[in-house]
Amino acid sequence: MSTTPPDDGGPSPTTWHEAHESPDFVELRRRLRTFVFPTTGLFLTWYLLYVILADYAHGLMSIRVLGNVNLGLLLGLLQFVTTFLITVLYIRFANRRLDPLAEAVRERVEGGRG
Amino acid sequence: MTHPTTTTGPLLAQTAGGSPYLNMGIFGIFVLITMIAVFRASRNTRTAADYYAAGRAFSGSQNGVAISGDYLSAASFLGIAGAIAVHGYDGFLYSIGFLVAWLVALLLVAELLRNTGRYTMADVLSFRMRQRPVRVAASISTLSVSFFYLLAQMAGAGGLIALLLGIQDRVGQSIVIAVVGALMILYVLIGGMRGTTWVQIIKAVLLIAGAGVMTLWVLAMYGMNLSSLLGAAVDASGTEEILNPGLQYGISELTRLDFLSLAIALVLGTAGLPHILMRFYTVPNSKEARRSVQWAIWLIGLFYLFTLVLGYGAAAIVGRDTILDAPGGVNSAAPLLAAELGGPLLLGFIAAVAFATILAVVAGLTITASASFAHDIYANVIKRGKLDDKQQEVRVARITAVVVGLVSILGGIAANGQNVAFLVALAFAVAASANLPTILYSLFWKRFSTTGALWSMYGGLGITVTLIIFSPAVSGSETAMFPGADFAWFPLSNPGIVSIPLSFLLGYLGTVLSKDRPDEAKFREMEVRALSGAGAEKATEH
Repeated sequence: MSTTPPDDGGPSPTTWHEAHESPDFVELRRRLRTFVFPTTGLFLTWYLLYVILADYAHGLMSIRVLGNVNLGLLLGLLQFVTTFLITVLYIRFANRRLDPLAEAVRERVEGGRG
Repeated sequence: MTHPTTTTGPLLAQTAGGSPYLNMGIFGIFVLITMIAVFRASRNTRTAADYYAAGRAFSGSQNGVAISGDYLSAASFLGIAGAIAVHGYDGFLYSIGFLVAWLVALLLVAELLRNTGRYTMADVLSFRMRQRPVRVAASISTLSVSFFYLLAQMAGAGGLIALLLGIQDRVGQSIVIAVVGALMILYVLIGGMRGTTWVQIIKAVLLIAGAGVMTLWVLAMYGMNLSSLLGAAVDASGTEEILNPGLQYGISELTRLDFLSLAIALVLGTAGLPHILMRFYTVPNSKEARRSVQWAIWLIGLFYLFTLVLGYGAAAIVGRDTILDAPGGVNSAAPLLAAELGGPLLLGFIAAVAFATILAVVAGLTITASASFAHDIYANVIKRGKLDDKQQEVRVARITAVVVGLVSILGGIAANGQNVAFLVALAFAVAASANLPTILYSLFWKRFSTTGALWSMYGGLGITVTLIIFSPAVSGSETAMFPGADFAWFPLSNPGIVSIPLSFLLGYLGTVLSKDRPDEAKFREMEVRALSGAGAEKATEH
């Protein structure tokens, strides 16, 4: 990527500017951010909480829950479950709520190329 | 393996390397199959997009498998299973950080990066900044992370050779390291990114299938009941503590803080690893990049669940003391378990997969380092992006790959037997400090400027490396790289807890304190590109 437009005569700065101000793009950015920022905050907090418990609350984490399976192992496996769950939810969200808008913006920019 | 029943440590140590010819034979078959794949791939490797990004023609699922092949290094396969077998629960903690980290890549990085860049991490970071200084910084960071990671992989090869091929003397081990390195250079030179990707895919399938079979086998021995397996591990280890946290990191307040620091670096480092980021350019669009991460998360998650069973299985069936007495120590848990379960044939298979793992991961790192030098430094900084002949850039990349390969062979031989386990943690800490803040700021913060990027990248790299040099990992402790010397003043072996927040802070301060203003038109263009995929590089047609 150089600071001059690419050789194939890509979209002009005006095209990018207009696309950036378009309602479709503003909505696309809003949807993306309102999903990914809180979700990131959530899973990082939950991960840190788990790590701190495993690191500092040994007594609590050693409590047996199911046979030889203790709370620490259960919470650890729960980290796997939440990771898989967030993945599935995001994929569904992106396919349904992001992709159609992204396509509209993309067509607007690339169609304007002539 | 002439002694199928194993009772004592020394006996097992022999059997672990007892059929080196079988082990080498199975590895030879792997090399043959991957070579055929690499030669087939080379027919379509002509342009820069072919060499660096495999023509962007891989599907999301293929790339997802390749990503798991790239990510599941020998350290995470042998290392985590062994850590669980010996340290119990604390070994399991690693794998959780390694997995959760992928959500950062999925939600914040993969798709936006695929839409904005072409070949390297620097493409994205320099997009709206002053090109040359940012490219140089991003390239230095890429080369550093790749080098630390590479050295860790190659240094581990020596122990693996002793364990699996029964070669104990240093000269013999050095020859094997050189052969593995030479094979890797050949893969990268001939096949480029397309060939390397096929090596990753074949290796990942073998690794996950092998671990899966062993997992079912172990579980079947305990009536498919995890609780019985854990009970057996407790009985064999003679301590219930193997199920509880704290066996490795609970020793003192300092070790606890050290673990917290490691955990932060693991979860934030993955999305800043250049060889992982580069994999997102091998698919045709951002939707396939998203699908790649989805596949990677399923496969990596599944694999770490396998290692949990394998680790406790090794503790129950092989026994903790036997593992620690074997050559290779902790790393021998999975191979010894394979020998116990399936005899020499399964051991040979697992041994071959372990070598394949080193080969594949090192190949991925080498192509990343060579792409960064050729594309960022040579083509865009030295030639100022005015290179007419793209073939010249690919030639430089190939030469760099040979140089990187030779350096890794020499480094691997020199580091053989050294305690360089901290290098993987260092690679993650540098990735999380020097790379991730700049990636996130460039994608999401409009005001972020060139000065901020430079402060964060050089600051992050400098702080992390400095803290490691003056940490107990390098001097001043029995397990240090230089146990005889003591110049340590930083108490933690993992600098992430200090270096990551400081790097974010430096990026912020560099931006608000400097006079340079961001290029707003370029930011708008970047944001539209990143979110919509407009103007993104398409797959090349053959």
